[in-house]
Amino acid sequence: MDIIALSGINIVYAVASLFLLAAGLSIIFGMMGVINLAHGEFLMLGGFAFVLSVNAGIDFWISMFIVAPLVVMFIGMVMERLIVRHLYGRTVETILATWGVSLFLIGVTSVTLGYQQLGVSAPLGSVEIGDYRIGGYTFFIIGLAFAVLAFLYAILRWSSFGLKARGTMQSASTAATLGVNVGYVYSATFGLGAAISGLAGAAFAPIAGVTPVSGLTYIGKAFITVIAGGPLPLIGTSTASLLLGFINAAVTAISTPVLGEIALLAAAILLLRLLPAGITRRFFRGGL
Amino acid sequence: MIVETSDLWRTFGGVAAVAGVNFRLEPGELRCLIGSNGAGKSTFFKLLTGQLRPSKGHISILGRQTTTSQPFEISRLGVGIKTQVPNLFEGLSVRENLHLAARRTHAGKAARLAAEAMLEDIELADRAGVPVRELSHGQRQWVELGMVLVSEPKLVLLDEPAAGMTQAEVERTAMLLQRMRKDRAFIIVEHDMHFVRNIAERVTVFHRGRILVEDTMEAVTSNAEVRNAYLGQKFGKDHD
Amino acid sequence: MKTELTSPAFIAALVIGGAIVFAAPLFLETYDLFNFTVFAIMAMLAISLNFVWGIGGILSLGQALFFGLGGYAYAITAINLGSGWGLLAAIAVPCLFALIVGYVAFYGRISDVYFGVVSLTISLILYNFVNSTSDAFYTIGAARLGGYNGIPSVPPIQAPWAAQPLGFEAMYMLCALTALVFYLGVRLFVRAPFGRVIVAVRENDLRAELLGYDPRYHRLVVFAIGAAMSGLAGAFFAAWGAFIGPETFSVSFAAQAIIWVLFGGLGTLIGPVVGALSVSWFTTWLGEVRLLDPNIALGLLFIISVLLVPNGMVPALRRVLERLRIVKQRADT
Repeated sequence: MDIIALSGINIVYAVASLFLLAAGLSIIFGMMGVINLAHGEFLMLGGFAFVLSVNAGIDFWISMFIVAPLVVMFIGMVMERLIVRHLYGRTVETILATWGVSLFLIGVTSVTLGYQQLGVSAPLGSVEIGDYRIGGYTFFIIGLAFAVLAFLYAILRWSSFGLKARGTMQSASTAATLGVNVGYVYSATFGLGAAISGLAGAAFAPIAGVTPVSGLTYIGKAFITVIAGGPLPLIGTSTASLLLGFINAAVTAISTPVLGEIALLAAAILLLRLLPAGITRRFFRGGL
Repeated sequence: MIVETSDLWRTFGGVAAVAGVNFRLEPGELRCLIGSNGAGKSTFFKLLTGQLRPSKGHISILGRQTTTSQPFEISRLGVGIKTQVPNLFEGLSVRENLHLAARRTHAGKAARLAAEAMLEDIELADRAGVPVRELSHGQRQWVELGMVLVSEPKLVLLDEPAAGMTQAEVERTAMLLQRMRKDRAFIIVEHDMHFVRNIAERVTVFHRGRILVEDTMEAVTSNAEVRNAYLGQKFGKDHD
Repeated sequence: MKTELTSPAFIAALVIGGAIVFAAPLFLETYDLFNFTVFAIMAMLAISLNFVWGIGGILSLGQALFFGLGGYAYAITAINLGSGWGLLAAIAVPCLFALIVGYVAFYGRISDVYFGVVSLTISLILYNFVNSTSDAFYTIGAARLGGYNGIPSVPPIQAPWAAQPLGFEAMYMLCALTALVFYLGVRLFVRAPFGRVIVAVRENDLRAELLGYDPRYHRLVVFAIGAAMSGLAGAFFAAWGAFIGPETFSVSFAAQAIIWVLFGGLGTLIGPVVGALSVSWFTTWLGEVRLLDPNIALGLLFIISVLLVPNGMVPALRRVLERLRIVKQRADT
């Protein structure tokens, strides 16, 4: 009985972490068609911003929910302005340029912060389920994933920014003729995606620690989730997280995390074989 | 029967773009498909070429079931296809474009000769070495027409071969087609009524995903139902 | 094909390339020759990536993973069965892997960009997998995978008729000549009938398909050949350093291969070779002088290549030379 509850929690946790890791990437890809190969470094920078801020004496939660997202948002918007803006509509060039940014950020952080792993211990104690103990932080991550989903849904569905962003996503030229400042929308969307990535990076820092190459451990999963999900950022990423998180957790439980990752990739590739443009291109039209 | 479709449907998210079309094309026939925008003729065309799959119904081309075939499989039956937007190998020269098309059906030296002959036919021999991206719109359409015809297809499917052309170019295209007609079967989707009147024998009118009328050009032009379907589109004038 | 083989440009490439390959040992110290060998291996990887991406139009961002697969296949097989079988495995294993991945991707008609990201992800996951194999459980015959430590003491290449394995100089010759063969082979390929179809599929796959060519099949063939070429380069690399490690699957190595091709000139024939030689030389030099973190340098080079020299250095240089020639002509008249 306990073991069933425990496995259930593990699966939900795997789904939630996939969603958190991929959300920022999926916003940028879904709304702007840009695949940001520096996404892993956004997560890494969020982690560093958070850890350094906590070490500097700033409150744990303020560091996570305010400092990390703001720092990464700023970096994301600068990157959008300097590089991505010049390449809109040229998908392959954007991928390559953001890959360059990824290497650059890894290089800069390793020079300035060194290769040592930095970390903060996770708060919230632990919960006992029968003979097993689960960290309270596990539940925090699950809750955070739901909160981020709700937040993104609300902002894209009901805010005036969301309306403009959805309009721009459907047709940038039409939006522009209606007086929407498309450049501003792109910049803000990129910033939003970066901020969510910063938050996610901060949230995982107490669990995994941060090094300049931390991004590389997350980015594979994030790519798979977003690509399997297809172009609708919220529905796509959440359904893909659900499916792939389940497979990942199940395979990890009976073997090793690496085999879990391989199963994740294999499942995603099979999924793409059946639905070449991801889940949402096939089953959902319109929506988010 | 060269082409036969039975109860052919294609729906997009609940909307039927092609709704139960039964279409037949006899050997040697040249048929124009006309209809207002959204009448379903382009969707029907893409179903024939394998670019789209039918939701329901069957297609047979040159005696083969092609309902679920890929475009290259349909092409290999001896079907020449020209899509609506010019579809060329932009970076390659006119000669190379034609040669690649000829090579599907002609071996070695014969392919080269066929390509050279076609260069003459489409009157672009003097531009043979130029990358096609540097040609004018009309010339690019002719290159594609040449690519379609150089493989000696038994059936030719053309989607708006006169689109975006000047009056003079339209006439030249019609002449070109007449000259290379031989005894092949043609299906031509076209908006340009001037062009259609120039070449068509029988015309199929699409309306709301169905075949409205199938008759000679004269009969169709005087048909009240067709006039209604074209409501406000100044049917009968040369340009719609 | 016949005309290309006897064309002046091809003969010139053959003669100049051959002269460089054979002359280098006369002028170079042993240490430099050792470095040149690895440059030649990197040029092989660059040529194969350019073949797949520049000629075939397949966005194979993780192409370097086939290099790694080839290296590992060589190391494991050579330790167990000898270097001859090792080289065969280094060609066969990546080729087979590419056939499987390519079949799923191309016959599923996965879009170009998705394919690029998937191929990079496969590389990432192989990296994590190989890193996790330090346990003795991961032993194939006499070869231990060794996780992040890699496989040491990879046997050198030895001809079946020879008593000794290849020495420094012979190894250099083998790698440099193979790189030259790759270059000339790709050159012949693009002019050959099958190569023209490949280029046609890259230029416009719908048109090619409407003419009756199956783009899925053509992409698969190019991808598999490219993987075999990269795999052979990986085998030479493992034999050259007597070592193969998981870094060959790392994202930064994959990025390097992309930069070589991009910097030199994607789709040109000599550009990727120039890119591989100049960028490898540059990063080696940076490592020696410790002026700048190599990741920062590669990242900047990457961004600059995309934004400022989108066609690569070789076409850019050609344009500059052309302009100089025109200016000079004007001055002369």
